[in-house]
Formats: sequence, structure tokens, C-alpha cells
Amino acid sequence: MIVHFTVNGSPAEADAPPETPLLWVLREHLKLPGTRFGCGAGLCGACMVHIDGDRAFSCQTQLSGVEGRAVTTIEGLSKDSTHPVQKAWLKEQVPQCGYCQSGQIMSAAALLQHSPHPSRDEIVDYMSAHICRCGTYPRILRAIERASREG
Amino acid sequence: MLRRSIPEARLTRRALMIGAAGLSFAFVERGFGLGGVISPASAASPTTFNPWVTISPDGLISIMSPAAEMGQGSKTSLPLILAEELDADWKDVRIVAAPPNEEIYGNPGFLGMMYTAGSATVAGYYAPLRQFGAQVRRVILDNAARKWGVAVSELRTEPGVVVHDKTGRRLSYGEIASFAVLPPTAPQINPDELKRPDQFRLIGKDVTRFELPTKVDGSARYSIDIEVPGMLYGALLTPVFPDSRAKTIDDTAARAVRGVVGIYDLPNGVGVGVVAETPWAAFTAKDALRVSWTQSPKAGAFDSDASMDRYAAMSRGEISQQATLWDKAGDGADGLKTATETLTGEYRCDYAYHAQMEPLNAVASVSADGGSVEIWCGTQSQAMAVKAAASTLGIERSKVKFNEVLLGGGFGRRGPQDQDFLVGALLLSREIKRPVKVLWTREDDIRNGRFRPMSAHRIEAGFDREGALTTWHHRVTTDNVSMFQDPGRYYGPFKQRDMLSLLGTELPTYAIPNRLSEHFAVDSGVRLASLRGIGFTANKFATESFVDESARKRGIDPLEFRLSLARNVPRARAVLEAVADMSNWRQRRPGSGYGLAYIDYSGTQIAGVAEIAMDRTSGEIRLKTFWVAIDPGVAVQPDNIVAQTEGSVVYGLGMALSEQITIKDGEIQQSNFYDYTVMRMRDLPDIQVRIVPSDGRPTGVGQMATPLVAPAISNAVAELAGVRLRHTPMLPSRVLAALNGGARQ
Repeated sequence: MIVHFTVNGSPAEADAPPETPLLWVLREHLKLPGTRFGCGAGLCGACMVHIDGDRAFSCQTQLSGVEGRAVTTIEGLSKDSTHPVQKAWLKEQVPQCGYCQSGQIMSAAALLQHSPHPSRDEIVDYMSAHICRCGTYPRILRAIERASREG
Repeated sequence: MLRRSIPEARLTRRALMIGAAGLSFAFVERGFGLGGVISPASAASPTTFNPWVTISPDGLISIMSPAAEMGQGSKTSLPLILAEELDADWKDVRIVAAPPNEEIYGNPGFLGMMYTAGSATVAGYYAPLRQFGAQVRRVILDNAARKWGVAVSELRTEPGVVVHDKTGRRLSYGEIASFAVLPPTAPQINPDELKRPDQFRLIGKDVTRFELPTKVDGSARYSIDIEVPGMLYGALLTPVFPDSRAKTIDDTAARAVRGVVGIYDLPNGVGVGVVAETPWAAFTAKDALRVSWTQSPKAGAFDSDASMDRYAAMSRGEISQQATLWDKAGDGADGLKTATETLTGEYRCDYAYHAQMEPLNAVASVSADGGSVEIWCGTQSQAMAVKAAASTLGIERSKVKFNEVLLGGGFGRRGPQDQDFLVGALLLSREIKRPVKVLWTREDDIRNGRFRPMSAHRIEAGFDREGALTTWHHRVTTDNVSMFQDPGRYYGPFKQRDMLSLLGTELPTYAIPNRLSEHFAVDSGVRLASLRGIGFTANKFATESFVDESARKRGIDPLEFRLSLARNVPRARAVLEAVADMSNWRQRRPGSGYGLAYIDYSGTQIAGVAEIAMDRTSGEIRLKTFWVAIDPGVAVQPDNIVAQTEGSVVYGLGMALSEQITIKDGEIQQSNFYDYTVMRMRDLPDIQVRIVPSDGRPTGVGQMATPLVAPAISNAVAELAGVRLRHTPMLPSRVLAALNGGARQ
């Protein structure tokens, strides 16, 4: 099945079985490996992307479901790490192994898009969709608060 | 963690040898004085010389780093230590992945292996890299002195520049590299010629890790991201048991999946491999396979619950088995004979899983004739990956080209001698004669998990007439991790002692005159591996809980009890006092949920206080605050020490409260993050870290806080509710059982 959609603002198409997870289409067909495979079950958030501005587990999104929709990945969040969330991530020196961080950053950006000044409880609730096995949670929390503050 | 077995003197000799070998090699082999240390553009490529440092005329300083980068930061810290003594300008430094050559790049603090583990990287390389950096700086100074015709004593360096103050002349390191000649032997550097800590420009000042920006824009590359022309994708249906293999394979449905290229019954118990044009096709076909497996005589009957009772009986001495001596001081357990009072405690820890976020994977490209291979994999030991590839394919190590990538987490999972995560890619690429990337799913990663062993502990303590703790006898029963993970080291330098299970039982900083720790090792057939904190995590749960029990039993405050035990070790007392200060320990209200733990972890002194809340209806424990004071020796990268300690606490919290692998009839019962529950942001306590200043040599950071958490929580529960939790993870059901009278103190 050939599916047409946009990725990071550019038209894209992929020819794959309709049930193929968007994650693998992004990584292997469209060569955007910044979106990571962690659990394949919507449990860890390493694969988080934006679809039409909302966050979505790309491992739980079938290719057939993105026809005509706009997908944003970490590669398209900003050209040069200048998104406020990315700037805050650098200032707080968040990543350790880094593998989960694309997904964490995409969620944080979606959160601030919808709620520019979230409470701590809101941040914790929203970001608990993710797992960071290195345990960078204190810094993720601080970075989101910084991004919210500094915009 | 292996430092104890390597005398200081050997570290020094090796450091000199490294320098001398690099320099003299350049002369002997090349016939000109450039290359080993200083390599202008005209010199041979660094890969020929394997130098640690290359300085180009344009000023670029390339420094080799033999550490694997899995988020712990030592791939940046090692070159930084060398650059410090070289007095390089950090912005000129480029970090280069050292090739797998243990002769040159092996860690003198880790049996000379290229093996990033045990929080031993900065600790092991610190002294040699300072020495070698100082040697390179001396060569640069000598060359500048010769050029200007002045005494070297009149020269000094600023970062990247040699300065002659009398004449105001300056030469950059790059300019010097364009005319420098190397001396025939490495210059001698006396210890007093190294920088004093107050002269450090890099050590103790935070720099951004070299790869960190790539982890913010998505451009970081792990082995799962590697793309090789002509590459196919592999998936493995692996045996249920470690030592079984396919008996019957029905692959009719699997072969019908679009994009499937081949299906192979692989040797060595690797399982059944599917090769396909896309990952999704490989996964789909794997799921469509119908395979029956041969029974496993050993692992097939294993049941973790039943075995735990047996392990506990072994530790109590109810089942006769030869114990392996691990550590002894004074009269050992004989001290119990003269004790006026004794106390015993038993503890248990379940299997635990690494859960590194990148499911294991590897890329291999075997040549058409099968005689050589190129590999890409996230490994904690580059040299082991080369050895494993060579032995799997039956080729010479020189025929293996290793490509280093970032690791999406390690925690000990990526360091087994057989490098199991690499084998499937090697075999499938050889079969199909194309590059293959083998991907494990999360379910594969757990099903093929190599776990932190299950353990049962029994400690007996003896007190004298004055109530002083005089004898300590710790008996541990675990599966034999070292024998499974690393037979090379187990039968070699470990002398058939399971170091990975037993480290942490020694208590060298506690003034207990008679001590004995011994091991009952079980060959269970379960797959095992080191896991962040290794034996310390289980052993400290036992020892630090029991120290607390002993203190409470005697009516002594747990802090004062430990301060007394640590009376001969000022650095231990300093971290205890620091964490008491941070947590206002001495002002805490009676019955508040505070618990203390202290560890000497390979020389790093660390103490933690947990503040908990407990729901007596559900049995849920919540960690509200965790204070840590750590003295890791010289703090090479302070903010990274804080980050590693924060992460280490989070990891330890999972081990303490929720992470549990169970095995029934030989099968792992868990399969993904819904039934193997790790900590998320909602579980995060307020973590406060204080680095206690110290000028001792670095002793390691990456995992030191992990083993603090469980005993601190157990001790907090004892203080809050008066019951003792003796089994990690401290699941709500276990808490309720204890509250209902199961384990009164």
C-alpha cells in the first residue's frame, strides 16, 4: 500500500503493508532514525512523534493511519537544536545514554505546545508515559520547567 | 572493581611502558621522529601507529578514548584527563574511538582489558593518562626550547601554547608539531611534576560530553541506526531455555510473508533466524514460525520461587555444600564462639533485568568467502566483540573490523564474553552473504535476558560483653554469575570465585575484627550477567539492613552506630556526617520514615538517607526524598558525578521496589514493560546529591548509589512501622505480609 503524508514539512510516501508501524517506516523507509524503537508496545515512549501537532507513539500508529497527515520527528523539531525544549535540554545536560531522549523531547515539546506553563504535577503526569533507564528524570523535569520559563 | 588485585607499582610501570612503546615504535618502524606522539600531516596515519595523541600543524589535537560511551561520560573524561596534563585547549581536542587493541588501550585498572564496566574507567586510567599527557607536554616544551635556544626551565604553557616570558615569544602546539622531533625514549615525569589540583584547568570543571548535542537533535547513532549498502534485516526466534535448540520447525506461514529472504536453523542454540528486506517483515515472519524445542535437562525444570527457598536453606547450612571463601579478617566466623550475644538476619533478592532502552542488536557483514567480517555493535568491550566474532566465525581476530557506536544503555548487559547479541548477525550474514542487522524486540531482550542473580543471605553477628560488634559471618547463595558471564576471567584471574556475586560483602571500613564472607554457588542454568551495582546491590541490602537491625536491637541510633564502626576511616565518617547534615538526621522526629545506608564501593565512600511514606492499606512504599553524599576521590567532572548519582538512585529504586524477574518451568515469566515495571517520572523522589571534597585518586561513580537505595528504604520502613522487610523488591504484597506480622523485628 502506498501512503502519502508529510514528514517534517515535506511530502513523503511509503510503500509498505498497511499495518506496518509508522516507527519502522520513518526509520527504515524514510531514513529518519532519530525516532527510536524501545518496546514496540506503547510502553516506553522512545518512539514518540507528533502527528498533526499531537504526540503519538509511532510504534502504535499504523502506516495506513497517517494518510494525508503531518508527522514531525526529532529531526524536524528545529533545524539546529534551537527549539526551546532542545535549548533547555542542552543547558540542563539531560541525556545520558540518550536513546530515549528523542521521544522525551518530542513529548515535552507537545506538552508545552498545549500547556505553555504546566504545573509540576502536569509535567510528571504527562512525562510518565516515558521510560528513561539512565534515570535522567530530575533533569528532564528541570529542563521542561526551564523551557516553560524561558520559552 | 579489579583494582585490588593490581599493585600501584604496576600501574606506574605500565603507564611508562605505554608512553615508551608509542614513541620508540615510531622511531624503529618509521625511521623518523614523528608519529607516536606528534603527527604532522605528512606522518603515517594514526591507525598505523595507534597513538594516544596526535597533534596536527593546524592545532587539532586528537586523543584516543578507549571507553565505550553508554551515557556515563567516561569517553569524554579520559581524553580530558590527558588534555589536562598536556595543557591542551579543550576546544582543540577531538575525541577518537580507540581501536580494539588491549596492548595499548587496555585499562590497567581492569586486568588490562578494554572493558567499560565496574565504574572502573576513570579510576583505572586516571594515573596513566595524566602521566602520558605530561610526557607529551614535555616533548613539546623540549622542542620549543631547542627551536628558541633557551632552557626548558624558562618555558611555561598556556592552553595549547608554549610561552617564553623573557622574550614574549609564543608557539602554538600546532606550530611546534610542524617541526617537532621525538626523543628516543619517553621523558621521565616525576610525580611532583604533575599539576597540583589548584592548577587544574579541566579536571573539576564541567565540560559538555562530546556526544551530548547529538542526543538532543536525534543525530546520535547507535548500532540499531547503522545502515550498510545491501543490508538485510534479521530476527531470531530463540530457544526458551539457554541450552535447548529447535526440534521441529514449521516455517510455511513465515515464508509466505512478503519480503522474507531466508529462514535458518542456527547452531549454538541461537535459535531460528529469519532474514527479510524490512524489519517489519522479519518480525512478522518470526511471529509466524512454529517451532518446538528440545528439553533442557538443567534449565527446563527451574522454578525461581521454589529455588529461592532452597537457596535460603543453603545459606542457613541446612543443605550440605562446599562454601567458597570470599573474604576473611581476624578469626573469621570463629569469633562467634566467644561472643556473649549473637544476632542473625536473613535477606533475599530476586532476579533483575537490565532493561537498557536500546533492545540488543548488531550489524555484521561477512565477506563472501567467509574469511573476514565487519561488525557494528554497542558493546562494553570492543576487544571482546572482536574475539567473539572471530571465534564464532572461526577466523583470525585480524580479520574482524570493529566499528564503534554509542550504546543505548549498558548496565552490564553488553559485556558477556560470548557477546551473545552479536552472534545472530554473524551467522545470518555468513549464510546469506550480505550485511545483516539483527534486531531483538523488547520481548526477545527479556526472554534472552541475562539477569542479576537471585540471592539468599544469612548474616550472623557476634557481640562482646561491652556490646561491641566483634564478629560478622555472611553466607551468600546465588547463581554463579562470573562462571556464566565470563568463563575466561572466572577460571583465570578470579580463581573460580564469583566476584560478581560476592563483591560488597567485605566491609573493610567497618571496625569489626572478625569477618568472614563465603559463597554457595549454584549452577542453575539461568542466564546471568553483571548488572549495575553487581553484587553490591544484593549484598548491601543484606549488610546495611543488618547493621541497622543490630543498632536498633542495641538501642543505638543507626547513624551513631555506623560512625562508631567507621571510626578508623575519616572519609567514611565524612560522608555519613554530610548526609546526616543534608537530611537533618539528628533532628528527625521519632517514627518518621527515615532510613540510612552507607557503602564503601571500591574505595568510593557514599552514604544515603531515604525519607519514605507508606500506604498501610495497599502496602505501597513511596520514596519522597533521597539524600546522597559521595566522595569518589578527585571529582573529574562534578556535574556528571551528580547526574550519574541521580540516575544510580533511580535505578536502585526500581531494584528496591518493583523490578522482578520470575522463572517457572525454565521460562521467563515477564515480557515487556507492563510486567517488568521500571521507575518513571511519577516515581521520582527529590534527589539531593553532595560531593564531599577529597583529593584521593578517583575511585568510580557510575553505579555507587544504586546499592544504597534498598537498604535505606528497608531501614526507613523499620523506623516508620517497626517491621523489617527482608526481600527485594519490596512489593506491596511483601509489605502487607510484614505489616500483618510476618516479619516483626
